[in-house]
Amino acid sequence: MAARKTTKKPNVSADELKAYYKDMLLIRRFEEKAGQLYGMGLIGGFCHLYIGQEAVVVGLEATTKEGDSRITTYRDHGHMLACGMDPNGVMAELTGREGGYSRGKGGSMHMFSKEKRFYGGHGIVGANVPLGAGIAFADKYKGNDHVTFTYFGDGAANQGQVYEAFNMAALWKLPVIFVIENNQYAMGTSQQRSTSSAEIWERGKAFGIPGEAVDGMDVLAVKEAGDKAVAHCRAAKGPYILEIKTYRYRGHSMSDPAKYRTREEVQKMRDERDPIEAVRNLLLTGKHASEEDLKAIDKDIKKVVNDSAEFAKESPEPALDELWTDIYATEVPQEA
Amino acid sequence: MATEILMPALSPTMEEGTLAKWLVKEGDTVASGDIMAEIETDKATMEFEAVDEGTIGKILIAEGTEGVKVNTPIAILLEEGESADDIDTSAKPEAPAAAPAADDAPQKSAAAPAEGKSHPEPRVDTTPDWPEGTTLKKQTVREALRDGMAEEMRRDENVFLMGEEVAEYQGAYKISQGLLDEFGSKRVIDTPITEHGFAGIGVGASWGGLRPIVEFMTWNFAMQAIDQIINSAAKTLYMSGGQMGSPMVFRGPNGAAARVGAQHSQDYAAWYMQIPGLKVAMPYSASDYKGLMKTAIRDPNPVIFLENEILYGRSFDVPEIEDYTVPFGKARIWREGNDVTIVSFGIGMSYALQAADKLAEEGIMAEVIDLRTLRPMDTDSIIKSVMKTNRCVTVEEGWPQGSVGNYISSVIMQQAFDYLDAPVINCTGKDVPMPYAANLEKHALVTTDEVIEAVKKVTYK
Repeated sequence: MAARKTTKKPNVSADELKAYYKDMLLIRRFEEKAGQLYGMGLIGGFCHLYIGQEAVVVGLEATTKEGDSRITTYRDHGHMLACGMDPNGVMAELTGREGGYSRGKGGSMHMFSKEKRFYGGHGIVGANVPLGAGIAFADKYKGNDHVTFTYFGDGAANQGQVYEAFNMAALWKLPVIFVIENNQYAMGTSQQRSTSSAEIWERGKAFGIPGEAVDGMDVLAVKEAGDKAVAHCRAAKGPYILEIKTYRYRGHSMSDPAKYRTREEVQKMRDERDPIEAVRNLLLTGKHASEEDLKAIDKDIKKVVNDSAEFAKESPEPALDELWTDIYATEVPQEA
Repeated sequence: MATEILMPALSPTMEEGTLAKWLVKEGDTVASGDIMAEIETDKATMEFEAVDEGTIGKILIAEGTEGVKVNTPIAILLEEGESADDIDTSAKPEAPAAAPAADDAPQKSAAAPAEGKSHPEPRVDTTPDWPEGTTLKKQTVREALRDGMAEEMRRDENVFLMGEEVAEYQGAYKISQGLLDEFGSKRVIDTPITEHGFAGIGVGASWGGLRPIVEFMTWNFAMQAIDQIINSAAKTLYMSGGQMGSPMVFRGPNGAAARVGAQHSQDYAAWYMQIPGLKVAMPYSASDYKGLMKTAIRDPNPVIFLENEILYGRSFDVPEIEDYTVPFGKARIWREGNDVTIVSFGIGMSYALQAADKLAEEGIMAEVIDLRTLRPMDTDSIIKSVMKTNRCVTVEEGWPQGSVGNYISSVIMQQAFDYLDAPVINCTGKDVPMPYAANLEKHALVTTDEVIEAVKKVTYK
């Protein structure tokens, strides 16, 4: 991967840097806890962890404003936490309880928040790409300057409907940022074995969609590229593609033995390119925070995560009547 | 406090596994993410990572142990400042906090309580579609459908129409004639030929607060888009715990036209009727095309609107009533009779009504029910009629296996078994792909003669 070292000076304030650190650490600790609860049988089915990719959503969320929307695939816990959804509600959905965002009816892959304009949580690879373009279509129709962040992976980038969406998004100048989270493996198949182009974002050129590759292990690089993409969309210039080169440390899902890559490859990435360690170093070397400050942050986050796990264990299972609710809406939904 | 490390479940189905190898030993310090052990599950060998940091105080299960149950303590992790001597090995592990087993869901089905004759009296709304004395005008299905859409577009600026050739071409079947002129290109949108993509954009737009009408040039092409229709449009309200649904209409001609071959001649009524979260309308007459389309656009759920190319040009009476709507889930009885109930919908009604006319000449009086919507389905009207006639024939152009008629038969068996004097017969299209040759195509579809024959069979005439 074309990884760059975080050598440039951060063009963000110490407070912003600290916020990124906190947000990324929250995702990591939350996901580790989710993995643990899965191991205990409290979380069932599929559970796709975001560990390693934290800088992508944290960097991009830092570029958003009120009214912007986001939609992603099934590796979605990080996106929800980064856009400000409540860790208790996310964890309780993972355990399939009443306190979950979908009251236990969605699970790890299907959560939504109308309030935060988080539109899921989709289990069909690639399907969320036209959906995201559609949300952007609604914003353009209404004439506001909102932007929709449509996240998908390097694997989804080989689905036909992605290019159907690219075509229409470019044709109709939809304010959508297509974020390709390239973690290099489509489940167990490496990019080299599945994808004809080395630079996936360049496929946008065929549709006249500008884009760029971004170092996804560097939250500042993600933020900078995100700002550029957002400015493009808000100026009604149409879609933009960010191919964010990232890496997931864990398996594709909890039951993935990950035999398609070496332990050394994963370890090297963790040792040399970890996005959280990078910001930690910036904070310490820039004297923006002391070891004690960071320890206090760690402690706070551990508490938030442990509380969410407790909440998720104690929240009751949904009442059996829930089986029969939410199949049909009876009134017109409020405008999102 | 020392924490127990438990044998993890590493797949959705794992109950026990082999602790193949320890990669740490007692006294080692571990950090979150460090690999501690290799565990063989029912599927593969997996690495097991530490979640919390600490020191391995004691290993409780030796490597090589097989059949270790999930949630068995396998090691003790010490926090900073603790020593292995602090470990109280007599402490029993807490019972795993696995989710309590759910009771069996109540056996609840909207359509079919298996109660035999003790089922509640069918509740039927018999109010006519329009009051007596209403002025009627002759209108084609094509015009009525367009009028229905246009009225709703005037009423709500968030309603828009998208699809192939809907705007400048004025509709491949001229359904959207004049709409571009009236509403402009913002609201009447030509799409590229890209059903999967624009169906998905339509669903996303409905989440964004709009009320899309997505036209498929024919429903055959919607097979390219069926994932978005079912997985995205129909299921999202449920998956989101009621937070967001998909208020929109998918519409277009369905079923056989004339001589267009196997890939352009399929009836999808039974397919979509099966999906919870969707509503399905399949009208026959022009007034129903108009009234049901207006109801569909206002409905807060995704509606499948199955039209018919052959019917587009047919004329019917349409009431001159301002804002004329027809509710979902209310069948229309086209003619009353005591000898047999014929149930149909969409173009199937043509065969049903023709058959009823001919049967009447022979003194067999058929009651003909037009379901109009298949989901919700007005099964009460069917049951009430069968309780009177004791016989039923269903008519549709779709294939026989898993047909709409099959479902109706099952509802009648469960709710009116004791009223039946003959088995229900399902008249359907033949179990073959649609042939091109004129004579074969005619034979592949259901025919009026077949309906007549079925009625004679169930009436033992």
